[in-house]
Amino acid sequence: MPAISFQSVSKTYPPSRQQKAQGKPGLKAVDEVSFQIEPGEFFGLLGPNGAGKTTLISMLAGLSRPTAGAISVHGFDVQRDYAQARRQLGIVPQELVFDPFFNVRESLRIQSGYFGITNNEAWIDELLQSLGLADKATANMRQLSGGMKRRVLVAQALVHKPPVIVLDEPTAGVDVELRQTLWQFVARLNKQGSTVLLTTHYLEEAEALCSRIAMLKQGRVIALDRTSELLKSAASNVLRFKTDAMLPWAIAQHARITGRIVQLPAQNAHEVEQLLAAIREAGVAVEDVEMRKADLEDVFIDLMAGEQTPLEVAR
Amino acid sequence: MMAVTGWRALLYKETLRFWKVGFQTVGAPVLTALLYLMVFGHVLEDHVKVYGTVGYTAFLVPGLVMMSVLQNAFANSSSSIIQSKIMGNLVFVLLTPLSHWGWFFAYVGSSVIRGLAVGLGVFAVTVLFAQPSFVAPVWILVFALLGSAMLGTLGLIAGLWAEKFDQMAVFQNFLIMPMTFLSGVFYSISSLPPFWQNVSHLNPFFYMIDGFRYGFFGVSDASPWLSLGIVGIAWLVVSAIAVHLLRIGYKIRG
Repeated sequence: MPAISFQSVSKTYPPSRQQKAQGKPGLKAVDEVSFQIEPGEFFGLLGPNGAGKTTLISMLAGLSRPTAGAISVHGFDVQRDYAQARRQLGIVPQELVFDPFFNVRESLRIQSGYFGITNNEAWIDELLQSLGLADKATANMRQLSGGMKRRVLVAQALVHKPPVIVLDEPTAGVDVELRQTLWQFVARLNKQGSTVLLTTHYLEEAEALCSRIAMLKQGRVIALDRTSELLKSAASNVLRFKTDAMLPWAIAQHARITGRIVQLPAQNAHEVEQLLAAIREAGVAVEDVEMRKADLEDVFIDLMAGEQTPLEVAR
Repeated sequence: MMAVTGWRALLYKETLRFWKVGFQTVGAPVLTALLYLMVFGHVLEDHVKVYGTVGYTAFLVPGLVMMSVLQNAFANSSSSIIQSKIMGNLVFVLLTPLSHWGWFFAYVGSSVIRGLAVGLGVFAVTVLFAQPSFVAPVWILVFALLGSAMLGTLGLIAGLWAEKFDQMAVFQNFLIMPMTFLSGVFYSISSLPPFWQNVSHLNPFFYMIDGFRYGFFGVSDASPWLSLGIVGIAWLVVSAIAVHLLRIGYKIRG
């Protein structure tokens, strides 16, 4: 039995009054999504903003209802058997939310109570220790920094020892120390048998942690495979250089551009030559030209840009 | 250690929430009621007798107690839900296996506890100024419980419906407050002209306060049984609405 199952799941948000008046349909945020996550997997769900990742997780968590299709957790339908399904799930929400009336330990005790757990002190202490919160146990939530609040969110999600952990952008805007603490802890839970579903914008995290990945674009799954297979499917090399000039759009749309640094996928030396020639023709001066192996981010950019390669577009 | 689980954990959390800010949630309404009593009692004590023999200050005490019970029961559930919705921390409850009945009992239960806590506080300070009798204490308890449950349930509906504090203020200031003030807290409706007496009989809050006051004096504008029937049915109706809204996740589940 899969840990998580999405079967032909769609979600359409009804049109606003203004959209209705203009005869426009509602927004289809998720469109016929089907995939399964097996118990013990570390699974990545990737996609640009607005691809439908959070909508999919909201439906899994019971925070919103699918327009069509079925979602189950360890065989429990998230709508029909919601209580059993939610006991299986520990969800770390994307937004940094907290209850300002309580301190860290109180928040964790109350959350345990919701799940029917009375004596949970030993596990709460372990969570506090593992997430570097031991000295903040009696601090009010308002007094904590953003990173500390994020750790508490993780602890709250894990307080009932769920077999399935869902992390929705858990490292967005947090420091390196927290990322390392979090990933060490989650990797340990995964090794102990927990299933992990992760959405992240940090593709190097997904590449390092996830054994399988689904990529979403405009509400549809456009890639679903083992991480190693996805990497094989990518251009094997990447051309990297620096420039101060604007690249032609035909090339720029396939590039990873970070400040002055430009990275472009290229299959072989011939393609590299052609790309450089196209750039020279456009009058763009480049420096520090080098080659490197493709990573998950390159796969992601390729898939999001569509089927064409930068050279095909440039031609 | 957490001693309670399930909906009782939510009840505990909701009770602890208002208790942690007790000055604001219990102390302040007690002071407000005391000020009402001092001002109105001082001005009217020598001029007004109610039900023929009851002094005005003694008459006012149960009215102020019940008004405080009702307003604070409403404030508890409504403010908790709207704050949690706006701050986003309602998600901690939404992600749990708690049923819609669990939500209902927890939010209404904590509202009853706050209403009664404030009511006891108001009674404790106002009784120093006039001692009403306790002719039928069971009626006092019944109407205090039913009234606070009714307003706690209305607060729950308002909290689910409102999307911003402004909308909640409309509910509170233009519906709850006038209906409470015009329900006979400060006067016996028998002193009103016939038209306004009839209008007052359409206000369900009147029956809550009138029935509660009956428990103190053994005299009321309407039969306590009639008041019990009307308030009881009204509570069942609003409870059915609240439970339905929770079941469908009205404005809290997309």
